[in-house]
This record gives sequence, structure tokens and C-alpha cells, in this order.
Amino acid sequence: MPPMMNRIPEKPKNFKKAVRETLSYASKTPAPIIIVLCLAIFSTIFMIVGPKQIGKISNLILEGIQSGTMDMAAIRNVVLFIGGLYVFSAIAGLVQGLIMANMTQNIAKTLRSKINAKISRLPLKYFATHAYGDVLSRATNDVDLVSSSLANSLTSIVSAAAQFFGCLFMMIITNWILAGTSVASTMLGLLFMVLVVKRSQRYFKMRQVSLGQLNGYIEEMYNGHDVIRISNAEDSVKERFVKLNDAVRTANFNSQFLSGLMPPVMNFVGNLGHVAVYVVGALLFYNGWIDIGVITSFLIYVRLFEGPLRQISQNVTNLQSAAAASERVFAFLDEEELTDESEKTDTLPGIGAVEFDHVKFAYPDKPEKEVIHDFSATVKAGQKIAIVGPTGAGKTTIVNLLMRFHEVTGGQIRIDGIPITDVSREEIHRQFGMVLQDTWMFEGTLRENLVYNMEGVTDDDLVKVCKACGLYHFAETLPEKFDTVLTSNSDISVGQKQLLTIARAMIQNNPMLILDEATSSIDTRTEMLVQRAMDNLMANRTSFVIAHRLSTIRNADLILVMQKGDIVEQGTHDSLMALGGAYADLYNSQFETA
Amino acid sequence: MIKILKQLSPRDRLISLVCLIFVAGQVWLDIEMPDFMGDVVSKLAASDKNLTGEILVSGLKMLACAAGSVALSITVGYLAARIAANFSYTVRASLFNKISDFGTTEMKHFSPASLITRTTNDITQIQMVISMGLQVMIKAPITAVWAVVRILGKSTSLSIVVACAVAVLAITITTVMRFVIPKFRIIQRQVDDVNRVIDESLNGLKVVRAFNADEYQQNKFERVNLNLTATNLFTMRAMAFMGPIIGLVMSSIQLVLQFVGAIIINGFHIGGAATDGHIIENAVDLMRSRSVFFGDLTVFGSYAMMVVMSFMMLTMIFMILPRAQVSAKRISEVLEEPISVTEGHEYVENPADPKGTLEFKNVSFHFTGSDENFMKNLSFKVTQGQTLAIIGSTGSGKSTLLNLATRLYDATEGEVLIDGHNVKEYPFNILYKKIGLIPQKATLFADSIRDNITFGDRHAQVSEDDVLEALGIAQATDFVMKKDGGLDFAVSQGGSNISGGQKQRLAIARAIAKKPEILLFDDSFSALDFKTDRLLRKEIAEKLTDTTCLIVASRIGTIKNADRILVLADGEIVGNGTHRELLQSCSVYREIAQSQLTEAELEA
Repeated sequence: MPPMMNRIPEKPKNFKKAVRETLSYASKTPAPIIIVLCLAIFSTIFMIVGPKQIGKISNLILEGIQSGTMDMAAIRNVVLFIGGLYVFSAIAGLVQGLIMANMTQNIAKTLRSKINAKISRLPLKYFATHAYGDVLSRATNDVDLVSSSLANSLTSIVSAAAQFFGCLFMMIITNWILAGTSVASTMLGLLFMVLVVKRSQRYFKMRQVSLGQLNGYIEEMYNGHDVIRISNAEDSVKERFVKLNDAVRTANFNSQFLSGLMPPVMNFVGNLGHVAVYVVGALLFYNGWIDIGVITSFLIYVRLFEGPLRQISQNVTNLQSAAAASERVFAFLDEEELTDESEKTDTLPGIGAVEFDHVKFAYPDKPEKEVIHDFSATVKAGQKIAIVGPTGAGKTTIVNLLMRFHEVTGGQIRIDGIPITDVSREEIHRQFGMVLQDTWMFEGTLRENLVYNMEGVTDDDLVKVCKACGLYHFAETLPEKFDTVLTSNSDISVGQKQLLTIARAMIQNNPMLILDEATSSIDTRTEMLVQRAMDNLMANRTSFVIAHRLSTIRNADLILVMQKGDIVEQGTHDSLMALGGAYADLYNSQFETA
Repeated sequence: MIKILKQLSPRDRLISLVCLIFVAGQVWLDIEMPDFMGDVVSKLAASDKNLTGEILVSGLKMLACAAGSVALSITVGYLAARIAANFSYTVRASLFNKISDFGTTEMKHFSPASLITRTTNDITQIQMVISMGLQVMIKAPITAVWAVVRILGKSTSLSIVVACAVAVLAITITTVMRFVIPKFRIIQRQVDDVNRVIDESLNGLKVVRAFNADEYQQNKFERVNLNLTATNLFTMRAMAFMGPIIGLVMSSIQLVLQFVGAIIINGFHIGGAATDGHIIENAVDLMRSRSVFFGDLTVFGSYAMMVVMSFMMLTMIFMILPRAQVSAKRISEVLEEPISVTEGHEYVENPADPKGTLEFKNVSFHFTGSDENFMKNLSFKVTQGQTLAIIGSTGSGKSTLLNLATRLYDATEGEVLIDGHNVKEYPFNILYKKIGLIPQKATLFADSIRDNITFGDRHAQVSEDDVLEALGIAQATDFVMKKDGGLDFAVSQGGSNISGGQKQRLAIARAIAKKPEILLFDDSFSALDFKTDRLLRKEIAEKLTDTTCLIVASRIGTIKNADRILVLADGEIVGNGTHRELLQSCSVYREIAQSQLTEAELEA
């Protein structure tokens, strides 16, 4: 319906390819699609034969009136015949609808699964340049659009076309003069409609733009509510809102009015055809050129004839947006994936020695801009390594390279003497526990969040780890203990979340550890509690600690000071302080006061 | 839904009434139209002569009806669009104004994101129902009743046919809807689940990989995906029944009308009653009566179509109505929410009042819905030019203390005094001229840097010099001048084209430019690097000697030199003194200090 379709359709780049690709997800062979299309055509044809037969009834009745005796048996036969056709038509339509439901849902399910699976096969760099919301919207909105519109529009177009040509054919074989009349009057009406649609496009765009501006403003103002209050800005904010709201009112009115024009105009087009058929038909009948049944049939045909063209134009629009959406989905599915490593079966001994050997790195999309220039360091098993430096120095990048989230562009990283490219990513990940600044949790029980993807973890293990992390009291106070479902609404403090991620890493019990700004979102006093848990975690493990709070890394065995992708200093806290260089500067700046 | 419609202005309500009349007129024209045709068909059936003129005249009359009908419905469309646009304008404005009056409590209760949807999408939903409702919802029942009555006047059995068709349609639609509509709600939840799992995989990208948990995530996704697919499939299958059944009813009603009509015509006999009730006298009368009824039959066909069509339109309304009702409820909730913080009007300025003082007298505070005091019995006082620092762990109530001073929350016990007056006595514009707050999270608006700095009271007249001075103190001059256009640099929405530290400095400049008596910094320095932090505090100390400062901080270094330091723990003041005093007397303070400084530094 026009009032709901107030959006500007997008155009796909390669329409045919998009449709074909989508349909290939419906079934492996084209057979079901052909069956559906045939059913749609049958259903339409059965329906279209009807009116001509109804004309026959009119003729029979009129003959009865004029002769005085009605041939009821003949009438009944025709009625039963058409009734049968109609029932067939309905059944064909129903079967087609049911098959379609299966097909479209299959497409949707498969596409969603593929998108989700794709997320884990994409290199991390993809997400550096693409917003999460974008991926999310492809998996939901776009898939919805594809599954609901694409297949449905396609069958609608086919059956509408069948209806259009079927009607045209039936009308011509019934009576060409009336056929001409119907076509002419319908075309006149459609022409008018096209003009309205053309004009209204502009207003829809205006509405979209003004609504977008207003929504953006509302979003800003609601999020900045406190600032507005304390800046005494309410009056000026309201004033600006009124202006934007007023623009939306005008645009709303224009677009609403124009789209509201469609139903009455369509109705008028229908009436116009009706009247034309009636007048011409009556005159023809009066002059004895046709029988009454022709008029009866045509009064129905002219209504059936006007619908399809409108349906086709609407569905073509839908189909286009659906095809555009499917292109977005397939573009995502076609993104370059991480290399397949199923043949790499070597394992690492799990000692925990790491060597960075003249490591260089540049993001693949900006090969000329090197982020890590020449990074070399040797880490002995069991050491605590701190990486410090200003934002953008490349600290996290080093960790990402070590985990093979990115691949080095020069040099080599070796774990226990084995180049990390010689083993699979999974094997490397098995060497490390990771605690990040973002305390990632998901909706599930506390147990699921702790045990995450590990097998054979007993309740005793859980209790032991939670005690070591100072999380036991928290777990005990939950209504269902470890089986309490944690949601985004659960009342869990940042500190507790952080402890939870530490406990998770502890349960995983891998030989090495990475702490990437693991405590920067909690205050220093809570940090001391967490620190105890982390010290437990780090005992006897090679650990890499990234921190901007230098107090936490004073006891590191080796501190690497990074600046702009290079190690500028390395050593222990004391030796670096004695050096009086970048580290000492950074450290002292924490305590200087005005 | 009804409640929200009260937002319509009296004028628009009157226009709605006009719409009703116009729609009735339109239905009348629509129903009249086939009648002209019926008359002629009757005459044609009876083989009357000299009909050419009559045919043309009746055609013209029908065209006139059609034109009149379309004119009326376009007028109704025009009026409905006007009413709907006005309605959404009014409701949006009252929502926006109401939300402007909200305190922080109400803001948190609803969450900005939800309020945004309520002000945008929810209104659009209702607007759609109003504009469609004024046309379709009024028209459908009028058409149905009127047409059925017309048919009833001519033939009871035919009206039964139409009534049956309507009944079949109504039963089909309601049955399908009864199965499907509850599923829609479930689908919504299942879509949320699918979103949640994908969102989870995206936000936990690194963790999922580090834990080699791809399969785990995929299994989880398959579960929610299957659930969603199953429900979707059920509803689609149920809906698949609707189209063919409606189509069948629409086609067969013509057929059945003709058939039943034929039986009725066949039943006419001399001595029997015609449809208009008169007794058929002879063969000529019989043929006349039969012809008249034959004409009526064509008309009934049109009526039946009208009835069925209007029913179809009505079901469309029923499809969108539930959603609109939910939207209406969500909007009403906001409009009816009581405001927790309202401005005072009791304040009378007294020249003897002190300037730049802030005092808490036995202030306690608890959040709405909670009985336990979050802030307990706070008492302290700062006077002009002093710097008071507040420190404590996360959740100890540091920010809440500032929010109580700025009336973002109101104290539930005790009083907060600024310049000797309770903050509740001040009108907002006077209160917020006296204080400037820099929240933890800097908020910038999509505007030029200059407009962001001068943001606020239009009458405050912040001059260009004030802006430049404020930028200087806030250590923002350098980077602002390096931006394209300097002060005219366009900040994008949410300040996304400016770095975190720069945003914070602009927010500080905004507060300073207004020259308030008291500046409150809510952990505003932690986004700054140590060096900028230090320079900024130095500038403030040197240039704003008369300004009282409250500084909430997490770094000891930031506040070491404050005139006085309050130490908060669990909403209580557990320490009040200078750095040196607190190191001796306050164990919480000492712990914080120890966590950040070495023994040597503690001694220094």
C-alpha cells in the first residue's frame, strides 16, 4: 500500500545476478521455483476464465426472462464448472503459498547462518573499517528484506503478468471493441497515476531528509539532556526543535497527502473503466451487436485488468530494494576470508618463550603506512612483560600480531622456537589466556560465562577459581548461584565483570597470558583487589601486560616502551627510571602537581 | 490510544467530523452509481426502445458520481493528511517539551534511546493509523452497512449471500489473526535473540577467537536461528491461507449472486409477489418484474464487491492497529511521568549573600524505588576561590554528590545551599548561571566549535573574547586553531570527528566561558594526558582565582594540592582534610594513595 511504502527504492547493481544468487539458496535445482511459478500461473488462469462463464449465466437468465422459461439445469452446470475452477485456483494458490513459505524461510535461515559463520572467518581488519551495526543490519534487515520481498515479489510479478495478459486475451476474444474501451480507459487512469507518483517522489525524499534532521537533533538533545539543563539552553533548544518539527510537519503533510491520493485515484480509474464498459457495452447490446453476457464479463474483466499493472510496478520496486539488499548480503559473504589452515596440524610444546624478530606491520589497506617498524624482543618462559607507551604507539597491535589476529608483513614471531605461521591459529590461541579492557559477557548463566567453551570443568574447579579471583562471595549471593542467568540488566559492577573475565582466563589455564588494559576501566582501589587475582593468574605464566597506569607494571621483568611503532627503551622499572628517558617522563608526569 | 487522541486540537476534531460527513457522502455516491446502470440494464432486459439517450445520460450521471466521489475522497485525504501531520507535530512537541523538563532520574528510567524511539517511530505509527483511519476505518463500516441495507431492501436471500460471504471473510481473517498475532510478538523477541547473539559475536570478536569458540557461538546461533525460522514459517503458512480464501470468496460471490438471482427470477410467477412486494398480475408484468430484478442483480454484484473490498481494507487497519496501540501507550507513559525536579521561584537576591559558596547540610539521598540511602548524611562547605577535591572508588557516590549540587538529583534529606540559598529555591536560569558542571563524558553537539562553547542561555552573551579566554584556560587553543576554520570548525554528531581528550577540553571551555561562580569537574581530567591535566589545573588556579572548584578525580596526582579533599566510601564522607592530613588519618585515602604511589612518593 502506498502509505506504507514511503521509502525511496534503491537500485541494485546487477539485478539478474542478485536474483539468481538468492534463488540458488532456495533450492539446489530450479524445479521447485518452476513449480511455484507454474502454480501461480495456473491459479491466475483458472480465475480469469471465470468472468466469461459468468457472462454465459447472464445470457441464460436473460433468455429465460425473454422466453419465459429458465434453463436452470444449464445455469447450474455453468455455476458448478466455474465454481470448480475457482476452487482449483484457490488450491493452486494455497499450495504455491505454502511452498513459498518454506522456500523463503529456508533462504532466510541459510543466509543468517552464513552471515554468522562468516563473522568468525573474517580477518579482524575487516571490522576495523566496518561498523558492527552495518554487519548486524545485513544479518537482520537485509536478510528479512531479501527473504520476504524477493521471492514474493517475483511470484507476484509473474501472476500479475499472467493476469494482465490473460485478461487482455480473454477480453479480445470476447469482444474487441469493448477490449479497446477497457484498455483505453485503464491506460488513461494509469497515466494520471504515474504523474502523481512522479511528483510525490520528491516529497518523499523531502520527508525523509527533514525527518532525518529532526531525529538526529532529538537524539543529540536527549543524550545531552544534563548539559542542556546546566547550560540554561532549554529555550534555545526548544526554539530550534520547533523549526525542525515544523519542517517535518510540512513534509509529512505533503507526502501523506500525495500518497493518500493513490487509493481514491485508483478507485476512480476502476470506476472510469466500469462506466466506459457499461456505456459502450449497453450501446452495443442495444444495437444487437453483442449479448448481455459480454457486458457482465467485461464489468469484471475491467476490474481485473486494472490491478496487475499497479501490482507489477509496486513489486518491481520491492524487488529492486530486495535485490539491492541481497547484493549487500552477498558482498559480505564474498569478503575475503582468513586462509584455511586445516592442513597445519603441528602443535606447540607449551613452554611459553616468545621471540619477536624484526617484526614489521602495515595494515593491508594502507601498505605504505607502517605501524610497527622494527620490533624485536626476546621473552623467556614465565616472564612478565609490560608494554607501555602513549595511545597509538602500537601496543595492542603487537598483541594482535602475536595472536595472529593480524599477520606480520615483515620479520617473524616465534613461540617456543616455532614460527607462529607454521601452526594453526587455533593452536596459537590455545597458548594464551586473554583479558581485555572490554569486559565481554553474554546473556547466559554465570557458569556458562565462566566455563566458556571449555570442557570437563567441575564445580570444584569453579569454586576454586572464583575464590582465587575474589568472585566467590558474589557467586554465592546470586539467587541461583552459578546457574543465575546474567543479562545486560543484571546489577554487576565493572569490577565484578573484570574479575569474571579474569576467572574465565584462569579456568582456561593456558600457558601464556595477555592482559590488554585489563584494569583501566576500574578505579585504583578496586584494582588492588583485582590485582591480587591477576597476580595469581600470572604466577608461572609468561604474561604480556599492556597498561597505561604505570603503577600496575612496576614489578614487570621487562618493560618495553613503545613510541610510534618502535621500541624506544626497554628494561626494568628501576633501570628505566635511572635512564631518565621516555619512561621516566611518562612515569613522573603522573605525580607532578600544579 | 483514545487518550493520545485527546492531543488533537479542537479545530482538528471538528475537521475530523467534516471528514466523517464527507466519507458518508462519498459512500452515498459510490452506492448510487451502480443504480443508474441497474435501471438501464432492466430496460435493456425488457427490450425497451429508444434507450440510446438514456444510456448516455446514465453513463454521464455515473461519471459525475465517480468524479464527485473522487473529489470528496481527495478532500478527505487532504484533511486527513493535515490532521495527521498536525497531530504528530503536536504530540512530538509535547513529548519533547515534557522530556526537556525531565530530571536525570526520569531520563535514566526511560533511557535516552527509548525516548528517541518514542519521539520518532512511535509517533509515526500513530500518525499512519490516523490518516488511514480517517479514510478507511470510517469508510469500511459505512459502506458495508449501507450496501447490505440496500440489498436487504431488494432481496432477503441475496443479502444473506452477501452476509455469508462477509462472515466467511471475517471468520477466516480473525482465525488466522488469532493464530498469527501472538506469534508476531514472539517473532519480535526471537529477532532480538538473533540480534543479540550476532552482537555478542561481534563485540566479543577477539575473545571468541582467543578461546577458539567459533563453534560454540555458531551452535548458539543455530538454536536461535532455528527458533525464529520455525515461528516465521508457522505464521507464513497461516498467512498463505488468507490470500486464496479471500480470492475464492471474492470470485464466487459474483457466481453465487447470479445463481441465486436466477433461482429467484425463475421463482417469479403470475399471482406471486415481486421483489418490490406487488403481486404480479400478468405475463407482461412478469417479464417486467423479472427484468427489473435482473438489473438489480448487476447492481448487487457491484455492492458485494464494495463490501468485500472495504472489509479487506479494514483488516489492513487491524494489522497495524496493535502496533499503534503499543506506541500510544509508550507515548502516554512519557507524558504522564511525574517530574522529580522542578525549578523554584522563591529566590530573592540579597546583596549581602556570599558568592561562590556551596554547602551540604546533612544531605542524604536515595534513588527512586530504593529505600536504602545511597548518600548518607553529607555535610561540608566550600567558600569562594577554594578548591575542594573528592576522591573514592567507583560507586562511592562521587558523581552523585555533584549531581546533588547541580539539582540533576534532589537531596531526599537535608539541604544543599548555594550562596546561602537552598538550591530548590532558585529558578533554573539563575542557578545554572552560578554553577558550571563538566560531566565525566563530554557531550558536544553537531555545530561549530564556537556555538558549542557559547551553547546555552542566549541572554548570557558570551563574547568572542570570553570564548578565546576559555579555550586558553582549557588548553584547547592550539588544536582548535589547527582545525579547518578554527572556531567555525563543524563538530559532527556526537563529536565523532574530535578526539576524546579534545572533546573534554572543549566541554571544560564551555563551562568556563559562562564564568560561573562554582565549577564542578566530574572526573573531567581522566581523559586528558598527565601533562595537559597539569597545565589545565595550573591555568585554572592562576586565572580563575575567584572561582570555587569542586574536582572529582581518580588520580591522586590531580588533587594532591587541593585546599581540601573529601574521601567518599559507600556514600559517606570518611575523610575530610588536606593530602597530608588524610595520609595520616584516613585509611581509605591511604589505600588509594598506596595503590598509585610508591613509598618514596608518598613521603615526598
